[in-house]
Amino acid sequence: MAGGRRVVSSTSLWYATRASGIVALILLTVTMVLGLATTNRARARHWPGYAQQEIHRRLSIIAMVFVGIHVLTSVLDTYVSISWTAIVVPFTSAYGRFWVGVGTVSLDLMLAVTLSSLLRERMKPGTWRGLHWLSYLCWPVALAHTFGMGTDAGEPWVIGLGVACVVSVGAALVWRLHVTARQHGAASRVPADSQRTHVVLTAPLGGDQHGA
Amino acid sequence: MGRSSTEVTPSIDHHHLLGQPADLAGHLRQHGSLPVPESADRNWQQRFLELLAASGLAGRGGASFPSAVKLQVARAAGDRGTVVVNAMEGEPASDKDKVLLLRAPHLVLDGAQLLAAACGAERVVVCLPVGRDRVASAVALALAERAALRYTRVGEVLVRPPDRFVAGEESALAQWLDSGLSLPTFRPDKGVALRIASRKALVYNTETLAHIGLIGRQGVAAFRAQGITEEPGTCLITITGSVMHPGVVEVPRGTPLRDIITSSVPSEPVDALLVGGYGGTWVGPPHFATPYASLSLRTIGATAGVGVIVVLGDQGCGIAESARIAHFLASQSSGQCGPCVFGLPAVADDLTLLAEGRPDAALMPRLLRRLDQIQGRGACRHPDGAVALVRSALGVFADDVAAHQAGRPCAYAHRPTVLRIPLMAGT
Amino acid sequence: MLRIVIDPVACDAYGYCAELLPEAITLDEWGYPMVDATPLPAELVAAAKRAVRDCPRRAVMLQRREEPR
Repeated sequence: MAGGRRVVSSTSLWYATRASGIVALILLTVTMVLGLATTNRARARHWPGYAQQEIHRRLSIIAMVFVGIHVLTSVLDTYVSISWTAIVVPFTSAYGRFWVGVGTVSLDLMLAVTLSSLLRERMKPGTWRGLHWLSYLCWPVALAHTFGMGTDAGEPWVIGLGVACVVSVGAALVWRLHVTARQHGAASRVPADSQRTHVVLTAPLGGDQHGA
Repeated sequence: MGRSSTEVTPSIDHHHLLGQPADLAGHLRQHGSLPVPESADRNWQQRFLELLAASGLAGRGGASFPSAVKLQVARAAGDRGTVVVNAMEGEPASDKDKVLLLRAPHLVLDGAQLLAAACGAERVVVCLPVGRDRVASAVALALAERAALRYTRVGEVLVRPPDRFVAGEESALAQWLDSGLSLPTFRPDKGVALRIASRKALVYNTETLAHIGLIGRQGVAAFRAQGITEEPGTCLITITGSVMHPGVVEVPRGTPLRDIITSSVPSEPVDALLVGGYGGTWVGPPHFATPYASLSLRTIGATAGVGVIVVLGDQGCGIAESARIAHFLASQSSGQCGPCVFGLPAVADDLTLLAEGRPDAALMPRLLRRLDQIQGRGACRHPDGAVALVRSALGVFADDVAAHQAGRPCAYAHRPTVLRIPLMAGT
Repeated sequence: MLRIVIDPVACDAYGYCAELLPEAITLDEWGYPMVDATPLPAELVAAAKRAVRDCPRRAVMLQRREEPR
C-alpha cells in the first residue's frame, strides 16, 4: 500500500487507546464492586439479587469489549511498536516493555476468569471459585498498568479517578472481610469436638441382662 | 391380615447375640469355621443374598432398612469395595454396639466377612470413635487373633473417626473414610450405593452384622424362631433413666414395651418412655403395651430407632428433659444446612422457655411453625429426629405443656436429668 | 414431571431462587428456601431453569419424576 495518509491517523488511534483504557478501568472497578456486593449479600432496595448478579456478569463482558478496543488500537497504532503476541505474552513488547507487560498480565488474568465462568458447569465448584479469585489480582494489576504507563497519569482528573476506584473497591473488600468474619462467628456455634463426659452415672457395661 | 404381634417365643433358642464366647477359640468351638468358600462365586453370592432376604433382617442402626436390599444395591454397583462396620454409636444413651464388640466381636466381624464375600468387597473397616479405648482394645485384640490364625477372607482394619453424634450417619462415615471430612452428604437418591475412593461401600450397623454372622451359620429358621413374622429375630436395647438396673437387654422383636422395661426395674412410676434415642419419640402410658416393632410403633408415631429406651419417672419433667435433648441435638449439627444450624437452636431455646414456665404469648405458634419448616430440609435425618422428638413431647406431655404455658412449671423442671448428655464446651 | 430440589449443603441463602420463582419457593425466617412439593407447572419451567443457572452455589436442581408424589 502506498505511504502517506492513513485511513485512521495514529493520533486517533492513540486517543482511542487512552479513552478505552480509562473506560475499561472504570467498568472493571464497577464489576469488582458489584461482585463483592453479591458476596456481601448487599441488596439494593428494589433490585432483586439475581439481577445484581446479572449486571455484574454483563458489565464484565462490556469491560472486556473496551479492553479489546484498548488492546487493538494500541497494536494497530504504528507510532509505537507493540506486536500482536505482546497482547497475551507479557513483557515482550518493544515499546514500554514493563508497563505494557503489566497490562498483558492483567489481560491474561481477565481471560482466565472469563473462561472459567463460561466453562463453570464443567468444573468443580471449588475450582471455579479459585479461578474467579484471580480477579482480586487482575484489578490491581490493571490499575498499576494505568498509572505505570504514565500517559495521562499526571492529570488531576485521572488521579481523582484512580483514588475513587481504589476507595470503592477497598471499601467493598473491607466489608467482604467483615461479612466473612461474621459468618465464621455464626458457624462456630457448632463446637468442633464435644467432651464425652457423662452427666449422670452411666449404665455399667457389665450389668447387662438377657432378654426374655 | 392379622398380625402375630403377641406371639413371643420363649427364651430358649439358639440365636442369641449376648452370651457368646468373646475369644476366637471359643467362637470357633461354638460355631465352627467361617462359612465362606475360598472364592465365593456368583452362585454362592446369589444364594447368600436369597438367604438374607428370606431371613427378613432389617438394619439395627436406626433406619430399619432391609439388609438384603442394601446388599443387592451394592452388588449392582461394581466390583471390589469396602464393608464398613458402623460401630460409631453416636447416641449417648446407647451402649448396645459397645457391649456387642466387647462380648461377641467375632460374630460381628464374621458378618462383615460374609457380606464382603457376597458382594466382592476386598476389605472390612471397623469404625469406632476416638476415646472409646476399652472397646478399641477389645476389637484390636479380636482383629489380631483373626489375623494370627489367618481366619479371615479379606483384610480387616480398625479406624477411629471423630466422636460426634452425626459422625455415624452412613454418608458422613463414607465421606470421612473417603476424604477425612466427617460430614453427611446430600443424597437425593438413596438407591445409589455410597462410594469410597470411587468403589462401592456398604455401611452396616454392628448389631446387624452380628445377626448376619449368626444367620450365615444357623440359617433362616433359627433367626425367625424369635420375634414376629413381619420383624423376625432378636434385638438389643439399652435401657436407662429412672431404673434400678440400667443396661443392655436382648429381646425378641415384637415384645411389648412394658415387658421390656420390667427387668430393668423402674425406680418410680413411669410417666413416659423415650423410644428410639434422642432423635426418637416419647411414648405415653396408654401405649406401653405396644409391641417393639417398626410397624406397631409407627402406628403410634414412634420408631425403634437405634435401640434405646429411656424411662422417665413421675418425678421428672418431660419438657425439661426434651429441652436438654433439643440443645444437645442442636449442638451436634454438622453445620452444613441452614434449617438445622439455625432452626434447632431456635427450637431448643423455645422449649427451654416453656420448661422454665416463661413462655411469651407467641411461643407455641412459633414453635409449631418452626417444627413444620425445619422438617425434611437437611441433608441428613438429624433435624428430622429433633423435630420428631419435640413434637412427641408436646403431644405426650400435653397437660404439662398447658401448665407450663400458664406459667406454672412443674416442680421437677429443675431436677437433675436422668439422661446421659455429654458436657459440651460452653454449656 | 419436573421437581425443584435444593441441595441444602450447598445452599448459602442467597435467595435468588425465591426471587425468580416466588410461586414455588419461599424463604424461611433464616433466608433458606422452602420448595413447594407439587410438580412444576409448565409455565414456570423457564424461570426454574434460570434459578438453576443463577444460583451462586449451584444448589438448585431440577429432577425428573415420573409419578406425582
